[in-house]
Amino acid sequence: MDSNSLFYSLELVAGSGHTLSVEQRTALQTSLVILKKNYKFHRVLFWGKILGLKEDYFIAQGRGEDEMKDKKNLYSFNCMDWFLLPPATESMIDQVSKASKKRFKGDPSYVYEHLEIRRQGDEAEEEIWVSTKVSEESRLAVTVHQIDEEVSVVPRGAFIKSPHGLVEVNRSFGGLSRSEAGKIDNFLHFCEPKNLKKKSIMEMAELNPALDFLDVLRDDIPKGSWSLQFECASQVCVLRSLLWLGLTFYHVPMTPQHGYMYIGDGIKNLDLPFML
Amino acid sequence: MDITDGNQNTDLRLRSAESFKAFLLKSSSKSGLNLYDHITRLLIKVMNEQPQNVVDVIEDLSRDVKQEYYEDKQSTLRELPQTTAEELLAEQQRALFSHPEDSEHEDELVEIPLPNVSEIGFYLEQAGVGLGREEMQRIFLALKKLVESQALPRCRLWGKILGTESNYIVAEADYREGEEEDEQITEEVAEERDAEMEKSQENEMDPLPQSTYKPPPVVQKEAIGTGANKFVYYVCKEPGLPWVKLPPVSPVQITVARQIRKFFTGKLDTPINSYPPFPGNEANYLRAQIARISAGTQVSPQGFFQAGEEEGDEEDEVPRENCEMNPDFESIPVAEMAESLSTWVHHVQHILQQGRCTWINMAVKPGEDSNEDVEDEEREEEPDEPEPEVGPPLLTPLSQDAEILNTPPWSSKLSSTLTSQHAVAVLRSNLWPGAYTYAFGKKFENIYVGWGLKYTGDGHSPAVPLAPQKEYPSGPEITEALDPTLEEEQALQEALEEQQAAQEEMEDTDEGEEEDDD
Repeated sequence: MDSNSLFYSLELVAGSGHTLSVEQRTALQTSLVILKKNYKFHRVLFWGKILGLKEDYFIAQGRGEDEMKDKKNLYSFNCMDWFLLPPATESMIDQVSKASKKRFKGDPSYVYEHLEIRRQGDEAEEEIWVSTKVSEESRLAVTVHQIDEEVSVVPRGAFIKSPHGLVEVNRSFGGLSRSEAGKIDNFLHFCEPKNLKKKSIMEMAELNPALDFLDVLRDDIPKGSWSLQFECASQVCVLRSLLWLGLTFYHVPMTPQHGYMYIGDGIKNLDLPFML
Repeated sequence: MDITDGNQNTDLRLRSAESFKAFLLKSSSKSGLNLYDHITRLLIKVMNEQPQNVVDVIEDLSRDVKQEYYEDKQSTLRELPQTTAEELLAEQQRALFSHPEDSEHEDELVEIPLPNVSEIGFYLEQAGVGLGREEMQRIFLALKKLVESQALPRCRLWGKILGTESNYIVAEADYREGEEEDEQITEEVAEERDAEMEKSQENEMDPLPQSTYKPPPVVQKEAIGTGANKFVYYVCKEPGLPWVKLPPVSPVQITVARQIRKFFTGKLDTPINSYPPFPGNEANYLRAQIARISAGTQVSPQGFFQAGEEEGDEEDEVPRENCEMNPDFESIPVAEMAESLSTWVHHVQHILQQGRCTWINMAVKPGEDSNEDVEDEEREEEPDEPEPEVGPPLLTPLSQDAEILNTPPWSSKLSSTLTSQHAVAVLRSNLWPGAYTYAFGKKFENIYVGWGLKYTGDGHSPAVPLAPQKEYPSGPEITEALDPTLEEEQALQEALEEQQAAQEEMEDTDEGEEEDDD
């Protein structure tokens, strides 16, 4: 959620049980301004919190000119001193998925080690122990990247793709109406589209290329991996991801206010198919 | 080349002009006008009237033109009143803010055992937990309604369980005196009814084939007011909506709930589709999870509670069931509480593998715990000897909780590092994500806000179905035998032929003798 609207948007996602203490809020309001200036970001978002066993990571996200591509993630323990996270590469994602499955420790220099036996040759006698080592910092980078890829949400129309291909905030977005906000078709994944090209011409005909350049939540597999509710005296539309438990999105119908926040243990809910 | 390019350009230009005209012709959904016609009329008006400094008054002219459309066009249709969910909820929540009518009862109101939810909310917010201040206030008012309407002797906010369609706000209360008997009687009646049903089925003419499967003996439910049924729980979807009382939990429900992983939907009467089959609907599942979460995560500073005094010395073997507030409790320094887990104790009984807090001897059928091997993780190590199951006694320090899946079961910290002299000690459960406890001076509170699911580490592996039952008893008449070989057949045939020949000879001699007789 945007750092400018943090003070009231935290109340709107508090239905999931997590919030920030007043001390942390005030610290964020100070440090994010400095962060924006130092890194020359156009916009700074408070992204969320990943709960570790010893310490919690606070995550902020800076956005540049292109809202989708120019993203940088930073983490902090005290909401004051921010450290840049490395961008997640393919090989990093691969290593992290092998090595780390347990809870985050809360120590960025902690090294996860994973041993794997590979057999070579026809006789299975030659065993080679392959060890994969990953630091928690890169795991954090990968987790934040994955959550953004898989479950970051925006309402339809909140962002437009300009003729130059830049993704920008739509300044004339007035919010979804109440009935629109009740349908999951009107919420989009805020990441590079994967399913869009597979759509038939019939389905594409109704779409507006400036607005509908993103994947729709409805197409997510398995069906029902989102929980859509109206909260805060039924005035705020709240979406919760069941795949990444802890991701909460809010949108106030008829206003341009929207945002999402992740507060959770940073572990994907792989049991989802059993649980629906 | 140039000509074709020029053609294409004009084509493009024409097309874009057309599409722009179409855009202008689009009529507004409110007024039914469109910009194209409006500008046409406006220009006609300007041409007809030719006013001075026309550019300065063009807005007024435009408004005049618009007004001309609206003459004598008032709608004769009546508006259809539509009530939205938002309005309905507001109507229902309005009751929360009504003042009590008779002021005579003011003295009594003071004595209502209502927890101070705003204070709890204040401390929880420091701990980074909360439901939002306004929501907390609404829950506070809803709890007040509950306590007033049900005349509960004690009540506290237990927490909130998130569901896929709506959420549950859970309140914990003591049983009223006299309520226990009522419930037991109704249960007995229900059992009798079941028995009658069975009888009536037996009387039918054509009995169906009976299954030989015998279910394992059912572990008895704990009496109301003890063990896992010590408290009664009320849930509601939104503050202001009616509170629903949850049924008491049975041991089977707890043991099955340990083996399944399901999201709550938010509707109490939803059936639970799972394997192993869960005995009951979502209300029972919710109650079972509440019992498990309470047993695992309800903790208090050491010394706040002390063992009940009614326990005599002769009953040493019986684990303590009750604890009471210690009037001489002296607060533990907050820094120490955040530092060491041994300053915290469990004050709710541990649930045994059997699904009960106190062990009951199922000696009639000794093989009862065959399916309980599947269970992995309760917060303590399981005793090696099969019986009697003994859980850790009440008021065991948290430092004795076992590590599960290499995860320490608790994380503790101070709520603030900058102003640590006024911080609160916060305890977070890692086994039940969403369970928090804070302690500050003589105050502490437990709350759970989450999906009602336990941390399972690498992933849930559902129980494998049992082997199918055999259809028929295996015997020689239905077991498959090897086909005889050619030699065996020939040998058999020869033997048969010899036998036949011998018989024929016998018959011949018999006949000869008979003839001789005649």
